[in-house]
Amino acid sequence: MGHPILNLVAQRIALGLLLLFLASGLIFIGTQILPGDVAQSILGQSATPEAVANLRKELGLNDPAYVRYFKWLSGVLQGDLGTALSNGKSIAEGISTRLKNTLFLASWAAALSVPLAVVLGLLAVQYRNRWPDKLISGISLASISLPEFFIGYLLIYFVSVQLGWFPSVAILNETMSLGEKLNAITLPVVVLTMVVLAHMMRMTRAAILNVMQSAYIETAELKGLNPFTVIRKHAFPNAIAPIVNVVMINLAYLVVGVVIVEVIFVYPGMGQYLVDHVSKRDVPVVQACALIFASVYISLNIIADIVSIVANPRLRHPK
Amino acid sequence: MTQHINYLAKLAAQGKLGRREFLGKAAAVGVSTAAAGSLLSSAAMAEGPKKGGTLIAGLGGGESTNSLDPATFLTQVSHDFGKCWGETLVEVSRIGEVEYRLAESIEPSADAKTWHFTIRKGVEFHNGKTVTAQDVLKTMQRHSGEDTKSGALGVMRGIKSMKAEGDVFSVTLETANADLPYLMSDYHLIIQPDGGMDAPDAGIGSGPYKVAVDEPGVRHVGERNPNYWDSSRGHADQIEIVVLNDATARTAALQGGQVHMINRVEPKVADLLERVPGLQVKSVSGRGHYVFLMHCNTAPFDNNDLRLAMKYAIDREEMVDKILRGYGSVGNDMPINGGYPLFSEDIEQRTFDPDKAKFHFKKSGHDGPVLLRTAGTAFAGAVDAAQLFQQSAAKCGITLDVKREPDDGYWTEVWNQQPFSASYWGGARPVQDQMYSTAYLSTADWNDTRFFRPDFDKLLIEARGELDQAKRIALYREMGVMVRDEGGVIVPMFNDFIAAVSDKVAGYQDDPSGEMMNGFALAKTWLA
Repeated sequence: MGHPILNLVAQRIALGLLLLFLASGLIFIGTQILPGDVAQSILGQSATPEAVANLRKELGLNDPAYVRYFKWLSGVLQGDLGTALSNGKSIAEGISTRLKNTLFLASWAAALSVPLAVVLGLLAVQYRNRWPDKLISGISLASISLPEFFIGYLLIYFVSVQLGWFPSVAILNETMSLGEKLNAITLPVVVLTMVVLAHMMRMTRAAILNVMQSAYIETAELKGLNPFTVIRKHAFPNAIAPIVNVVMINLAYLVVGVVIVEVIFVYPGMGQYLVDHVSKRDVPVVQACALIFASVYISLNIIADIVSIVANPRLRHPK
Repeated sequence: MTQHINYLAKLAAQGKLGRREFLGKAAAVGVSTAAAGSLLSSAAMAEGPKKGGTLIAGLGGGESTNSLDPATFLTQVSHDFGKCWGETLVEVSRIGEVEYRLAESIEPSADAKTWHFTIRKGVEFHNGKTVTAQDVLKTMQRHSGEDTKSGALGVMRGIKSMKAEGDVFSVTLETANADLPYLMSDYHLIIQPDGGMDAPDAGIGSGPYKVAVDEPGVRHVGERNPNYWDSSRGHADQIEIVVLNDATARTAALQGGQVHMINRVEPKVADLLERVPGLQVKSVSGRGHYVFLMHCNTAPFDNNDLRLAMKYAIDREEMVDKILRGYGSVGNDMPINGGYPLFSEDIEQRTFDPDKAKFHFKKSGHDGPVLLRTAGTAFAGAVDAAQLFQQSAAKCGITLDVKREPDDGYWTEVWNQQPFSASYWGGARPVQDQMYSTAYLSTADWNDTRFFRPDFDKLLIEARGELDQAKRIALYREMGVMVRDEGGVIVPMFNDFIAAVSDKVAGYQDDPSGEMMNGFALAKTWLA
């Protein structure tokens, strides 16, 4: 037997892979249930029966569904995502730029929102039930209550069209410098931050408040420690597990759930790429995207689990 | 006063009035800011094109699944970018005439069955190769072969044989067709080196811009082709298409100055946009139309009285007012309007008439509700239009049930499948023959009203080979009336193409064939 933590990690990863496999099967079934097929969708209103038949033959759609699924699966296991049915381009190439963009946006949104949420949460605890707490909670809850497209359009109208500070179209390309890129993504980052902030902030506040009820915090206070030290040294480490869980869920959301923000700001990320291919019934691309999304979710959740285990000695030594 | 200003603008556009002189006169009669912008661009037009700069269009209708292979073109963005990097044998001009491009001249045989296209000399592809009749032949073969998936297959179907000799490309048809040159203007038929046989999506053409960046669904960039043969196109150093599928994002990008022109302005915001300084709304009436389709061979629509009842029960004026907000014109239950050559203006306009609707409904013997299927994707405002139809039909004592179908799969499961549905025709077909052959001929794949009439087919074939204009007009009139009175199509409205263009752009001219100057906006305009 190895180290208990390593065992646990190995177990989680194996479960994750199994989940991924099941997810890919489910997605394939889902795309088969949808009406219409890729040949018809590609040709659209200009689909003559001959053209559809020719295209079906060319794309290998005449094979039974399970044959196509296992062909695809064996390709993926060998590291080959294949080519998109709809335009014959390499999927790996298409996805890699989109994924890079998505991660770029997500990481800047995370870099802004996570520290902000935790700090605001700590402040809210410190001034609980007084005006700073109410102000922080009020603003962040208001911003999560507004739909993200509404916040996006408000920002576009005032900040971009009226004031002209930042562009409303956040299209990136290779020739841009980092500064130009950051300028381009400012508005979407602000919207995403406002959307995920409240959840993380409230959870930080609740988790720490929960710990603050404990006897050992009272002891710490009676020792005469100043309030921030109490929170930092005694309350925060014990509250970290639920906070990390919420942070990870929100990070996952920043990667996989931002289609609306991508559409509003015309950001060339994974979401729009996936939607385009779903409507074209381009199964290999949908599968590849879904696989990436599923692995992001699963790996972030594994990280959350591991952090909670490491942070909590009781979980580290299971009976 | 408006008339006077319009007159001045016309003079300026024709170059009969100098820019300064014109602006002076305009100011003298007290022109508003918005109007001054429009007058200015007319004046700039008269001054002649300026070279240089980067011209950027924000276009809706692009997807990350787009390819550079012209055979697969379907979306607006592929269509417009294709017109930047590629070129066809001929084009249809703004006034509906054949304009020679890669073909220098066209010679038909007396029976209009064989057509000879002489290829323009000294035109180069972007890879340095010269455009030859052989390339043209190969291109046409690729679009018409047995195993093609080209969207132009329908156009190519009537061709019996093709050959290339010297610099002449010849086509022999199964049956005579006086409109063949128009068919060759199809946007899929971009001439590619060796027909694009080995690399269909290489993006090598002979157009005014070379493909520099191709990121489907995001952006497409073209750089000026220094060896382009026609100095009246390709003025900017670089053109860029930014794919903006969200209508609000398009408007914001134009207002924020990130793009110079946008397509598909929604009728409901067009009025508001007209008041914004620094840009102009360009609306042009075209051949595109919205339709409600009844299958003539499916009960209850196999009864012409019921079809007539439905046609009298729709309020066309109201639809143009409320769905198109005035950016369009009423239809007359036939797919043809004044935007087509050889149209007869004297066909009586059908109007909303509850009495006639009641009469025909009763005569049809049908009892109970009629089911109409619609979806947001059928056309902009299709769900609202179906509800308006429901209300006007109720006034005629007809119960119309409206079923909203999902957008996804509408074109495969509902359109051309269900007996009564909403749809649209884009108006990309420049001649009556092509429109009727595509959707009203008995054997047409998209005979989406199941209109099987041998007498109509006979007229269509006859008109196709008729070289006498007067006779052709009479034949087309007869066919139009037949579809209007006996067909299964209800055409409530012809929609305008609405674009918005910044005042920085000059040379923008309306083209009824399609939005954004029929896709030529980037190739033909310049930065003033």
